[in-house]
Amino acid sequence: MASLDSQTEAIKRAKVLMVGAGGIGCELLKTLALSGFQDIHIIDMDTIEVSNLNRQFLFRQTHVGQSKAKVARDAVLKFRPHINITPYHANVKDPEFNVEFFKQFNVVLNGLDNLDARRHVNRLCLAAEVPLVESGTTGFLGQVTVHAKGKTECYECQPKPTPKTYPVCTITSTPSKFVHCIVWAKDLLFAKLFGDKNQGNDLNVRSSDGADSSKHTEDVFERNLDEDSEQYARKIYDHVFGYNTEVALANEETWKNRNRPRPIYISDVLPDRITKKNAKVENGSTESAVSAMSSLGLKNPQDVWSLVENTKIFLEALRLFIVKRTEDIGNLTFDKDDQLAVEFVTAAANIRASSFGIPLHSLFEAKGIAGNIVHAVATTNAIIAGLIVIEAIKVLRNDFHNYRMTYCLEHPSRKMLLMPVEPFEPNKSCYVCSETPLLLEVNTSTSKLRDFVEKIVKNKLGMSSPLIMHGSNLIFEVGDDLEEDVAANYALNLDKVLAELPTPVTNGTMLKTQRRI
Amino acid sequence: MERANHHQNLTSRFSRLQIQMDGEELSAQETALYDRQIRVWGVDAQKRLSKTHVLVNGLNGTAVEFCKNIVLAGVGSLTIMDDRIVTEDALNANFLIPPDAVKDEGSSLAELCCDSLKEFNPMVHVSVERGDLTQLDDEFFDKFDVVVVSCCPFNNKKLINDKCRKRQKRVGFYSVDCRGSCGEIFVDLQDYSYEQKKTDCKSGCHLQYPSFEAAISVPWRDLPRKVSKLYFALRVIEKFELCEGRNPGDTSTSDLPVVLKLRKESCDAQSLNETHIPTGLLERLLAAGAKEHPPLCAILGGILGQEVIKAVSGKGDPLKNFFYFDVADGKGVIEDISPPPTNADGTNGQP
Ligand SMILES: [Zn+2]
Repeated sequence: MASLDSQTEAIKRAKVLMVGAGGIGCELLKTLALSGFQDIHIIDMDTIEVSNLNRQFLFRQTHVGQSKAKVARDAVLKFRPHINITPYHANVKDPEFNVEFFKQFNVVLNGLDNLDARRHVNRLCLAAEVPLVESGTTGFLGQVTVHAKGKTECYECQPKPTPKTYPVCTITSTPSKFVHCIVWAKDLLFAKLFGDKNQGNDLNVRSSDGADSSKHTEDVFERNLDEDSEQYARKIYDHVFGYNTEVALANEETWKNRNRPRPIYISDVLPDRITKKNAKVENGSTESAVSAMSSLGLKNPQDVWSLVENTKIFLEALRLFIVKRTEDIGNLTFDKDDQLAVEFVTAAANIRASSFGIPLHSLFEAKGIAGNIVHAVATTNAIIAGLIVIEAIKVLRNDFHNYRMTYCLEHPSRKMLLMPVEPFEPNKSCYVCSETPLLLEVNTSTSKLRDFVEKIVKNKLGMSSPLIMHGSNLIFEVGDDLEEDVAANYALNLDKVLAELPTPVTNGTMLKTQRRI
Repeated sequence: MERANHHQNLTSRFSRLQIQMDGEELSAQETALYDRQIRVWGVDAQKRLSKTHVLVNGLNGTAVEFCKNIVLAGVGSLTIMDDRIVTEDALNANFLIPPDAVKDEGSSLAELCCDSLKEFNPMVHVSVERGDLTQLDDEFFDKFDVVVVSCCPFNNKKLINDKCRKRQKRVGFYSVDCRGSCGEIFVDLQDYSYEQKKTDCKSGCHLQYPSFEAAISVPWRDLPRKVSKLYFALRVIEKFELCEGRNPGDTSTSDLPVVLKLRKESCDAQSLNETHIPTGLLERLLAAGAKEHPPLCAILGGILGQEVIKAVSGKGDPLKNFFYFDVADGKGVIEDISPPPTNADGTNGQP
């Protein structure tokens, strides 16, 4: 059959780039190799973790800590030894992966897990004019789309939901959901106790705006020389769960239409000191990872602890940080794979939840929320990878009339579990893929070029190193290879208002910005 | 008296220990490994999965994908059967076996696959059973909760399905067939009850599945109007292979004239317009034969894995009772092909 042969040939000759060697990536690399692809390049900056092994089937326990891209390559070469797989243990945003790099491929296949990298690859594919097959999964849901410049919409033609953020006062004073308590425990309390002391932290506000601020100053978080670790932990506990809540309660206005929180003091929950019965554990736990759960004999991460248990975990975790991980204090950021950090955040969030009448959660659930852990199963990734290859083959055959966007559903819709729809046309006013000018309403005699660059070009348009032109005049560009005098000139321009630039920007001026190559 | 008490204490402590050994609690190792999927289907489902025993007969590409998926998911055990000696053709869509195994004449396909599958998840017991599944004692099926057959001849499919149905316990039966870029899954869960979760309220659901034989005996004119063309096409090709004594997929385009004759006979007998079974589709299926399209294997193996996980865990609506995917149109369609209910209580009167 002629068409089959031409398909086989197209596959054999194709040079493809895969971005991501994770859940979708492992499945995709396997299916590409089985389908006859012979020249596959794969970029992934990640290393292998234990929680990958339930679905990223090219990896084994012995590979934990190694490069995903490299191990995936070796695993696939075992069953298809004669194909070429080129791994890059690197970030796709690295400058080596520029437009020229992208231009060598017939198609780019994304198996990414974050918006930022997806946007980046979308723009490079548009600039290099290489079709992109984009994908994503959560749980039993998945999606595959084809983005080909001028033929279908690009990844950014429709606005994407941005990660959820919460108002500061909801986090600091009026939490109503467990997630608010998690954000407080992780971003405020944990950061305050164990993170960079120079970072601004809204937890300060509470400890210094009270009437008797002389007593409760920031020094509460400093450990006095005569305090042992447990005394210190008890002091912190009383301050953040007791005193801070009292201070918040003093503001009657806040609680008019809300349930009043209950201040929690350590003496109410745990009248006696735990003290030295942990001695034997301290000896035993030097080798394995330090854990408050194991020192307290709590085993099941699925259990929802009582207030007393949470309190014990809080004190013990804080004590262990001080005793066992002294050198980490001051430069920690929350990491979902840091057991002690997860224990501390879980306990702190639960105690706060208890204070505010919010249902408590297990460590397992708290870890998921705090770490933004994606729900992932092997089967959905396998299905999505199969669909990606089907679209990739259409791209190679230039069969764009048959491109489809396919949804993988959990519940059938019109009898379908896999539902193809025709791809959308490019959005004519998309600032990423269309040539249509964007209208900007701005006061050109008060707005500085710096505002325009930072707020519009970098933030809104997502160009981290832009080049801005007015006609044939360069107004501004970013780069470390600029001549000294040129750079100085740009720096001068930044502080000028738009109307007073050497080539003034006024009503009706057309500016061109592009990614600097 | 004291002695008796002492004895009692011992046994109660002993039985508690047994329960723990039984895996009532997931171990720390399991929790770490299955973290991401427990977030999808919960701890109870994971525990049920770990007590499930699965048999797979016939290791083509789709079956291999399925095996990978359920070993990763953490079933209790997987038993695989395929005594074929490894050939290059058999490895077309197989990622478990290195190509130099073709020279390894002593080992069967199942034995070679077993070694690789074990590596995917050391917590799953993977083993090989030799012989012909249709010839094994009926009691053999009692060892399993789920039986999956792949590229299985028509008569054997019926036979194995019936053996599953005759057991005291429920043995779920699944068959999967891939021909080129088209595929079919059949599911028989017999009497199946589960809890349906719809926006915070749970309601009990009951499904009654027909056997493969009962399903394909439903008169074509009784079927809903828009049933997948693949359903009819595959029945015609099945009939062709049965009449000619061919193995599944042992076909080529030169068989088209005979198949078109069979199409006419079937359509006439069932009063169905022949346009429901396009010649082009039959031609594609015959030309593909047993050759598999790896992306399709990944898709069908994924759907099949997901269905087994759903059925075992009692979470989510299980598929009833056919699934089709054709790369040409990209649709993954469920068809419910069951005899109409004949009894007043809503059961369908099938044995
Ligand atoms: Zn666009």
